[in-house]
Amino acid sequence: MNELAGLWVYLSSSPLLHLTLTLAVFVLASALYKRLRMNPFLNPVLLSVVIIVLILRFTDTGYQTYFEGAQFVHFLLGPATVALAIPLYRQFERIKKSALAIFVSLICGSITSAVSAVLIAWVLGADVMTLISLAPKSVTAPVAMGITEQLGGLPSLTAIVVILTGMIGAMFGPLVLNALKIKDWAARGFAIGTASHGIGTARALQVNELSGAFSGLAMGLNALATSIMLPIVWKFFS
Amino acid sequence: MLEYLTLILACQLVGEFAVSAAAVPVPGPVVGMILLFVFLLIKGSVPEQLANVSSGLLNNLSLMFVPAGVGVMVHFEVLGNDALPISVALVTSTLLTIAVTALLMNFLNTKRVDSSNAKVQGDE
Repeated sequence: MNELAGLWVYLSSSPLLHLTLTLAVFVLASALYKRLRMNPFLNPVLLSVVIIVLILRFTDTGYQTYFEGAQFVHFLLGPATVALAIPLYRQFERIKKSALAIFVSLICGSITSAVSAVLIAWVLGADVMTLISLAPKSVTAPVAMGITEQLGGLPSLTAIVVILTGMIGAMFGPLVLNALKIKDWAARGFAIGTASHGIGTARALQVNELSGAFSGLAMGLNALATSIMLPIVWKFFS
Repeated sequence: MLEYLTLILACQLVGEFAVSAAAVPVPGPVVGMILLFVFLLIKGSVPEQLANVSSGLLNNLSLMFVPAGVGVMVHFEVLGNDALPISVALVTSTLLTIAVTALLMNFLNTKRVDSSNAKVQGDE
């Protein structure tokens, strides 16, 4: 018994335990998602996050300890973003053809995202700090946190709303696009990437390469567009 | 295969350096993506091994958001009193953004196709 307890102490202090936990829960969540005909409420990212949070609560494990294992997975986000250059290159002809549509949709999508989020939260009585932190919600996390900091909001709140926005877009974006009868994979991907950055792009890539390429492109362009436009729009309103 | 993994990491590294040196509001990996894209433009094709490495990464992109997602849920109480307005704003605004962006892009692309068709007919 003592030996077992000793083994547990060793395992739970090594990164292996929480790295394995992350992968195992995700594999299970993905299998469940496929089994239940891709019900959007069972999005594998959201499901994995909820299960892992419950396990951490139950075992009284801090995020710091968990992240020591999970960081190896988290680290791959950078190289994976670089790898988006491959689908982008393969679809370059199509992108060149849509250059004007890309430019106009990007600007309008970026403004819609910030203005509608701020207006809705303002009408519902959120305070100013919250409004600022919501504005860059559709931008990939590191850039969004930088923008919030520059405007005087709370970067930690922004990190949360960015991740939630990504999950909402990945889960329900395809339903909206189906309802609007948008069949063009380029437009579908571009919309998902503009509204819900990397998490949306991950979803788009699983469905179709053209859609994934446009989603990755939108994610990169929206980071740039929002960080240029938002400080100007904010000055105009306040 | 290892050489292309190295290339990807090197692009990211140069990207991170460029971003911190120039203080531009773009993440290092996005600059790395542009660098790799330029490499492919110069090369003129995607080497098979690079395609393998990249699909290995991109096929599992969803998994990579799990650790950050867990971090978010653990700090959920930061939402505080504004949890309701935030939730309503996020859901409505995200779906609205998707709708506006997709409809605009769809409209502009179809219009372009129509006008180029019209031009072809005009030439005849």
